[in-house]
Amino acid sequence: MIKKPFFGLGKSKLQYSGIKNIEGKDVKEIPPSTRITLMHKSPDGELGELVLSIGDEVRTGQKLNLREIGEEYLTSTATGTITDISHTTEYTGQTFTSVSIEAKPKDLWDDEFEKTGKDTAPENALTFLSCLPGISDLSSFIKTDNPLNTIIINGLDRDLLIATNQIIVKTEAEHLAEGIEYLKKITGVSRIILVVPPSLRMEAEKSGAEVKVIEPVYPDAIPGLLMKRILDNPVPPSKNFEDLGVAFISPEAVVALRTAFVEGKLPVTKVLTVIDKDNRLTCIKARIGTPVRDILSTLNIDVSHGDRLVFGGPMSGQGIYSEDMPILHDTDAIMVQDKSQVNPSGNDPCINCGECVRVCPAKIPVNMLIRLLENGLYEEAAQEYDLLSCVECGLCSYVCEMRIPISHYIMLGKHELPLTEGLEESND
Amino acid sequence: MTNQKLFVSSHAPYWHNKSSLSMKSYNIMLAALPAVIMGIYQYGPPALGVVALSVSTAMIWELIMNYVTKRPASIGDGNAAVIGLLLAMLLPASTPWWTVLIGTFLAIVVGKQIFGGIGCNPLNPALVSIAIILLSWKGLLDFDEALVNYDLGFYMVYPLAALKYLGTSVVSNYSVGDLLMGQYAGAIGSTFGLGLIIGGIYLILRGMIRWEISISFLAGVFVTAFFFNIADSEKYAGPLFHLLTGYTLIGAFFLATEDSSSPVNFIPMLIYGACAGFLTVLIRNIGAFVDGTVFAILMMNIANPLLDKIRPKALGKGIKHA
Repeated sequence: MIKKPFFGLGKSKLQYSGIKNIEGKDVKEIPPSTRITLMHKSPDGELGELVLSIGDEVRTGQKLNLREIGEEYLTSTATGTITDISHTTEYTGQTFTSVSIEAKPKDLWDDEFEKTGKDTAPENALTFLSCLPGISDLSSFIKTDNPLNTIIINGLDRDLLIATNQIIVKTEAEHLAEGIEYLKKITGVSRIILVVPPSLRMEAEKSGAEVKVIEPVYPDAIPGLLMKRILDNPVPPSKNFEDLGVAFISPEAVVALRTAFVEGKLPVTKVLTVIDKDNRLTCIKARIGTPVRDILSTLNIDVSHGDRLVFGGPMSGQGIYSEDMPILHDTDAIMVQDKSQVNPSGNDPCINCGECVRVCPAKIPVNMLIRLLENGLYEEAAQEYDLLSCVECGLCSYVCEMRIPISHYIMLGKHELPLTEGLEESND
Repeated sequence: MTNQKLFVSSHAPYWHNKSSLSMKSYNIMLAALPAVIMGIYQYGPPALGVVALSVSTAMIWELIMNYVTKRPASIGDGNAAVIGLLLAMLLPASTPWWTVLIGTFLAIVVGKQIFGGIGCNPLNPALVSIAIILLSWKGLLDFDEALVNYDLGFYMVYPLAALKYLGTSVVSNYSVGDLLMGQYAGAIGSTFGLGLIIGGIYLILRGMIRWEISISFLAGVFVTAFFFNIADSEKYAGPLFHLLTGYTLIGAFFLATEDSSSPVNFIPMLIYGACAGFLTVLIRNIGAFVDGTVFAILMMNIANPLLDKIRPKALGKGIKHA
């Protein structure tokens, strides 16, 4: 936990962790688990019948179609038998389909992707590659009405204490360069920008992409702010990156593209940073779908009742509820926080001290915004007080003297806003 | 699932910079201590009595209001104590006990709690109370009348009153050193200029108050007094005299900077401070009151919501995309 400095006049600068903070030089391999759980975020609307069933045999790298209609699929990361299929509701009401596989010790690789001739046509990429490690949404690269003109590879990480992206740029610079070529072929985009901290400039220049060096000061590497810094093209509140023809991808996903096309096998392991209770960092490599429990026990990290487990970092991660939760293909970090470090939120109202206003990188009048959000006035919050300009860095809650969960209110506001608008339309 | 561990979950972020309101309140009180101790040293037990009674009754009023409004007790955050302390610093040492009691009632109940408690008060609570006392009991805040029985070995005349009624000839009776060291009659905690400045700088360096407000307030006082002085130096005192007398310094560092009633954006803070400084000197020089700080800051408190509309464009706003 980084406290407010004694002389608090200057803004406190939170730095992204560098690779130097990682314990040990190597990426630690986590042995394969006997039980793998794959999770798929279900789209909104009517869902078709599942085509998978318990008892099905699957192979490593096999594409598992989920439903009769639609194009949802998972990529199996182990060879074995499906033992359980269930639906869970996670944060913000998002439903997930989870498929558990009893894994056999020996991997049998599926060759369907290789048979397609490793075709770099966009449709083929979409049919096979959306579960690559490090990718959160491949369709934003391909299925877009507005063609992309720029892809930004973020070599800095999403949050403090995470070094996943940086370690990929550092250790796999050559593979990254090859991956970028495939990325260009699939998307047809010629302008690829690699954003790195100064310490990785050398490695980044090997990649052949346009290199932009930024100081590793939080929250400058958040996509919304990179748009402004790198492209001088901030996203208007009513639009998203795709509307401006820009997409973001992690270095790991680019390297995974290269692995898929060069080796003909879909990559099934994910690199992550594990942050222990003393904020020590360990870089690991584990199969997608490995339960958090197995990773923590391999690293001898003990968790107990009342601690906190987070996917992601301290400023923007998402809390998880169980050690059985598997790592997903876009999980960059696991953070363990001791119960003594858990900060409860306050119940008190805003005192208008203005700390949040001064720390906000998006220049939102947070002091006014929070008053509207607390009272559920989401539309007014969006129109008058810039709710939708928020880049979700979490700094407002971090500095709040009254410990108001401001980020939480903002997340709720963004979630509720389209719902209330839809309600009004149906009333009309 | 008997051995299932339960984890604490909430929305990000999971870190906090450990700042808190109680920490801020205690620091404000700490910063005010030099001036308060000097006042107690000069005026003795009556001053101590006023300070102690003011702080304690402010906290009691807060507790009573917590009980009446069925809210959790909030005296632990130190805000009521700060208001009580600041009120005492604005009163003369001879203030009768009932005035202190009414004063803290006006500050805590009328100034703060009826608006909904901390963060909801549109005006500075201590100043609301002082303004009502000033208007209701004429003699109580007339420092020459209130302190008539004291002789502390220095020129026992309240400088601003002397200036108002006797003209600029009195300015030479006060040296800058005297004004800085509190060697003149006045309120308990607002005469020791050096102590207030040290306290203010401490708060600014710790980031507890916004320097923009303090500095622009002082600049506003200085510039306005300077021009008055240039225009007619026979009639109007110089800027340094205005800076170091009356409630100017306590106003700059402790009153104008009250969180809830002051703006938070950069330009509004400058306007707020500068206008409050300007009004202060305006009221002193051509208004009816001896000291203008109280009403000047209250006036700007009222303008605060409007001023804070001046703000930078948020990320992505106001940009036209072809």
